[in-house]
Amino acid sequence: MALPLDILWQVPYYVIKQTTVRRKTTMNIQDYAIRISQNRTREGFTFDCQTINGEVEVLQIEINGMNGFPIFLTKTQNQIICIVYLWSEDEVKSEKRTQMLEMMLDTSISIPLSAYARVGNRFVLYGALSVNSNLDKVIEEVVTLNENAIDVVTAMEDFLK
Amino acid sequence: MNILKKIMTAIRGGTRELGESIVDSQGTRIFEQEIEDAQESLKKAKHDLTQVMAKEMQASRKVESISAEIEKNEGYVADALAKKEESLALEIATKVAELEQDKALQVDAQQSYEKHIEKLKSMMEKAERQLKDYERQLTMVKTTENVQKATAAITDNFGTTDSTLMSAKESLDRIRKKQEDFDDRNLAAEQLDAENSGKNLSDKMKQAGIGDTQSAAEAVLARLKAKAKKKA
Repeated sequence: MALPLDILWQVPYYVIKQTTVRRKTTMNIQDYAIRISQNRTREGFTFDCQTINGEVEVLQIEINGMNGFPIFLTKTQNQIICIVYLWSEDEVKSEKRTQMLEMMLDTSISIPLSAYARVGNRFVLYGALSVNSNLDKVIEEVVTLNENAIDVVTAMEDFLK
Repeated sequence: MNILKKIMTAIRGGTRELGESIVDSQGTRIFEQEIEDAQESLKKAKHDLTQVMAKEMQASRKVESISAEIEKNEGYVADALAKKEESLALEIATKVAELEQDKALQVDAQQSYEKHIEKLKSMMEKAERQLKDYERQLTMVKTTENVQKATAAITDNFGTTDSTLMSAKESLDRIRKKQEDFDDRNLAAEQLDAENSGKNLSDKMKQAGIGDTQSAAEAVLARLKAKAKKKA
């Protein structure tokens, strides 16, 4: 059925709006590897990136000239997740474990952009972003996560063997 | 189905093994199928909506044109009456009555299309909400699995002896050592700078009264005094 032209202007706006949002393309792990490696932050940080192949692709990022932890970036359909592996269950002093867990809950919200979690038997610090986040946001996350991880490990040292 | 509850059950039941599926793949597939179905019906609803909106606009345009026609004919009736053409006026008035009937039908149609549009829109919004919810829940499953698989990939890649995933204490030691190294290097660099400029040594010698302790002016004065003494 042929539609009058003016309807084309009014009706499909809703439809077009919906479909363009869904079809927006996002960067894959290789794109991130290239673009993060080429980036230099205003503070002068540069990054070493390395892809890890497995069932899902992971990008390992290290910040040059900054002592810290490797950050692992992985992507799902909707999110970019940056993870730092802090310590495993067997590194925790068993008599202080509950205290440590409570301390983690109590301080989690104070830590900018990052939160605690546990994957398998490893405690992690992570940040999650929308896949539509621009590169600056991802880099801000990576730098902040590294700084947070250093603070966390230093502050939580007494709970560890 | 509350997916988070399923994830919790799986974790409590010891599905903490890395890479093990939190929700069986069959369950994930069912979810994906539901999302696909919802998207499909949403697409159909959008298509229906465009058609109904088109019809509504056509009806509204018809109502407008009939109204104009009625107005025009009412004018003719008035003209006929003015010219005392009673029977002609009646004939035109009959046409007006027919047009009014026609208009009423179109107005009815337009209103029913409007109602239909409202209904379709609210159905679509409901479907969108449902879809968002399915997607959010599927995201939970996928993210859980993704992170576990990523962790498996990382540990497989590095093994346990590799420094990349060393224990927290070791990492801390490494960080502190690096920081000390950095501080030491800074200190050494400063010392080197000081020595290179020679300031360090000559300062020390001057303090100990060794070497050129006199100022240049005093030396010149002493030399000239000695010369004058010789002449005299």
